[in-house]
Amino acid sequence: MESLYLLIPISLVFILIAIRIFFWAVNSGQYDDLDSEAERILFDEADDLSHPEEIEESQEQQKEQQ
Amino acid sequence: MTELSAEHCYHCGLAVPAGANYSQMIGDKLRAMCCPGCAAVAATIVGSGLGSFYKFRSAANTLANETSLELFLDWDIPDIQNEFISQRGQGQQSILLFIDNISCAACTWLIEKHLGKLTGIETVNVNGTTMRAEVIWNPEQLRLSEILNAIHQIGYIASPINDSSDIPEIKDQTRQLLLRLGVAGLAMMQAGMVAIALYAGSFQGMQQEWQTLLRLVSLLFVTPVVFYSAQPFFSNAWRSLKMRHLIMDVPVALAISLAYVASLYATFQGAFQGAFNESTGSASGEVYFDSISMFIFFLLLGRFAEQRIRHKNLLSLNRGNRLPPVTTQVFPPEHYSFEQSEKSARGHRIVPIKTLMEGDFIRVDSGQTIPCDGIIQSGDTQVSEALLTGESNPLTKQAGDAVYAGTINGANPLVIKVSATGSDTKLSTILKLAERAAMHKPRWASLADHVAGWFIGALLIIASSVAWYWYLHDPERALWITLSVLVVTCPCALSLATPTALSVASSVLRREGFLINRSYVLELLPKIGRVIFDKTGTLTEGNLTLRHIEPAAENSAVNKFISTRQILGWAATLEQGSQHPIARALQQYVAGPIEQQQFVTGSGVSGSINGDQFAFGNPKWVAEIAGIELPNNRGQGAQKKDSMHSKGIEVALARNGQWIAKLYFGDQLRESAHPAVRQLRSKGLSVSLLSGDPSPAAAEIVQPLALCDYQFSLQPEQKLQTLQQLQAQGQSVLMVGDGINDVPVLQAADISVAMGQASELSQINADVILLCNDLRALPRAIAVAAKTRRIIKQNISWAIGYNLIALPLAASGYVPPWAAAIGMSASSLIVLVNALRISRGLRN
Repeated sequence: MESLYLLIPISLVFILIAIRIFFWAVNSGQYDDLDSEAERILFDEADDLSHPEEIEESQEQQKEQQ
Repeated sequence: MTELSAEHCYHCGLAVPAGANYSQMIGDKLRAMCCPGCAAVAATIVGSGLGSFYKFRSAANTLANETSLELFLDWDIPDIQNEFISQRGQGQQSILLFIDNISCAACTWLIEKHLGKLTGIETVNVNGTTMRAEVIWNPEQLRLSEILNAIHQIGYIASPINDSSDIPEIKDQTRQLLLRLGVAGLAMMQAGMVAIALYAGSFQGMQQEWQTLLRLVSLLFVTPVVFYSAQPFFSNAWRSLKMRHLIMDVPVALAISLAYVASLYATFQGAFQGAFNESTGSASGEVYFDSISMFIFFLLLGRFAEQRIRHKNLLSLNRGNRLPPVTTQVFPPEHYSFEQSEKSARGHRIVPIKTLMEGDFIRVDSGQTIPCDGIIQSGDTQVSEALLTGESNPLTKQAGDAVYAGTINGANPLVIKVSATGSDTKLSTILKLAERAAMHKPRWASLADHVAGWFIGALLIIASSVAWYWYLHDPERALWITLSVLVVTCPCALSLATPTALSVASSVLRREGFLINRSYVLELLPKIGRVIFDKTGTLTEGNLTLRHIEPAAENSAVNKFISTRQILGWAATLEQGSQHPIARALQQYVAGPIEQQQFVTGSGVSGSINGDQFAFGNPKWVAEIAGIELPNNRGQGAQKKDSMHSKGIEVALARNGQWIAKLYFGDQLRESAHPAVRQLRSKGLSVSLLSGDPSPAAAEIVQPLALCDYQFSLQPEQKLQTLQQLQAQGQSVLMVGDGINDVPVLQAADISVAMGQASELSQINADVILLCNDLRALPRAIAVAAKTRRIIKQNISWAIGYNLIALPLAASGYVPPWAAAIGMSASSLIVLVNALRISRGLRN
């Protein structure tokens, strides 16, 4: 049971680190948009799967427009 | 994710009008589109390789309009963009755009990807919660107008904004609450873990030393929760006490502080006893640290959800979109004199509206919003003053007449001498009146705060009599029993009962496009006895559509060879370039160029197509100009200018002095009006219409609806009177409207609902905004509100019932502290889960 005297302070240190990280994350704006960030990863993956020639074509079109 | 049936537009989800033939390949399927606007948007999205957007979106898009670069050229003028742009290093600029119709996460992705493809764009960051996009770009490679046009090409409405307003404040509030919530959550988990050890210890026996250690550890975890996370409860409670008014935060703060102090006392008493006397064990005093942190965490969670919905509603109000134009064409005084006609006046330049001065001369083209109050110097036109007066038919105005800011110039270009700008305009005066009316509206005290008053009273009386009783009989145990009474009666469940249910209900309704601005709406909705639509425009689409074509009888021989398509083509070609509602109704049929086009205000238009002379307008005027007799099959009715009868507005078309056809135009009911009225009536509500429109046209449109009663040609004062009479009879009234002129009437109603297209100010003043313009949201909202009310009642009776059972047990000293803590947490959880039931069974 004496191990508690060591383990509890260690857990306290971890909690402190977790809270520091959480504060840093919130204050640097990572939680400002709670709606779209969660799904963003899905779209980017789908983007890679879509036809590459289509994208090239559209980029050419864009250039022509400009 | 969103599957739409074949006859609905794949992009915006509206019904595809009969005869419309627009479509777009998306993925490997040909999808129907309702209009060229949506088709163009879908083509742009698919064309830039972003077609997977349609797979991921979770809501249909809004109806798209066609766009062109010219619409945004004003934004390239340095004077105008300077206000919004900030300079970054390396020749880059950044701007904040408000994007009006972001509906899901896929929208943010689409906008970022699409803009990111333009050359010159550095970064694009779209925030779906605040509906704002930050764009950093290189102005030498890309103009602002091109950025705005690119966003409009994929169907979103973007406008530059200045975020000096409430956005930073909202961001700070959200972050602050999130931090408090996070701290409470982390601490709750730790304290809960330690509590398991403590509970196990109190069953199996535990040495005083370890018990004290564990108590001290959980004290360490809970102290920041009480002093940091729970701080808003304390400050709210203190503020309400100073104002001598009890709100739910008072018993909450009281419970938190009592439980904390008692646990603190027990911890240290145990520690000292342990040091001096091993044998007393843990007989007296218990700690409630785990319950405190859990209670605070759940309360904060409820508050966070509620705040998010409130902020989202605030942010999604249509800003920017409805603002008057940002620029206008001004003539330097030396270049303009009264003798010159507006065409020969030279040297007008484009300036920001805020630099306009009284006495300036400005030019307002047809279809533009008039930016200031003024007197017409030259030009005659039709002006729609719907924003001010609610009158949807345009008024004829000519030189010498006054025009007002916010009204729309319908027909011909005008030169106006500015008489008032900014806050001196008639529009601003009306807005100020509206704001004043809003302040005088009686507010409903919320149910929870109402309960808080007697709850805290009863609590204190019971606790002190329990303390008194035990002090007389067993002074040793008096303190601990009193404290366990206070903890058992902790108002957790009671204080969670209402807010959790309300925030679940608001978020359910938000998804339906029913934005709640004021918290009392949900409590009041089930009591509503009558729904009043304050103008015909709320039940109808608000624009003219072609109803019927009647080829002229006497020329049947000729007309055999003229198709309906041809008639429409001629009429549309004649009207092209005009902003008149009839011209807009015909827009899609335009077929070719026109020469000698001439608009005559209030009468019609004439011109020549392929060498044939045409006239299109009210029959009497067409007869005059074509030099022919009026067709007599219409009798007297046809003599009236813009005559309204059962078929709508009558417009005649003549070619080379011969009648070709008559076209009838009218407004039409919203698709959702029928089911909405039927559902409202089946709920036992009365539905009425109090309209300011002159009766015949309006009456005919609403005839098919089973309204309880309707009145027409009412002045705002008469509407107010009718409304107050109904309220005096004890009816609660919900009023749906959209005009600024009706704001006093809307304010007098128990609940006011503004339509999505209404002006920004009437939206801010309204209790509810109907974003989707789907009237069926009304009966649905009433159903949700009724369900919410039922659930709040269940929650409150559960909370009170729990207290009633636990209190006598605790007062007689039978409730062990672990049972008190479990009971307290379980009763809060039950309330939470019960609130979540609101969202079940309502989807789809």
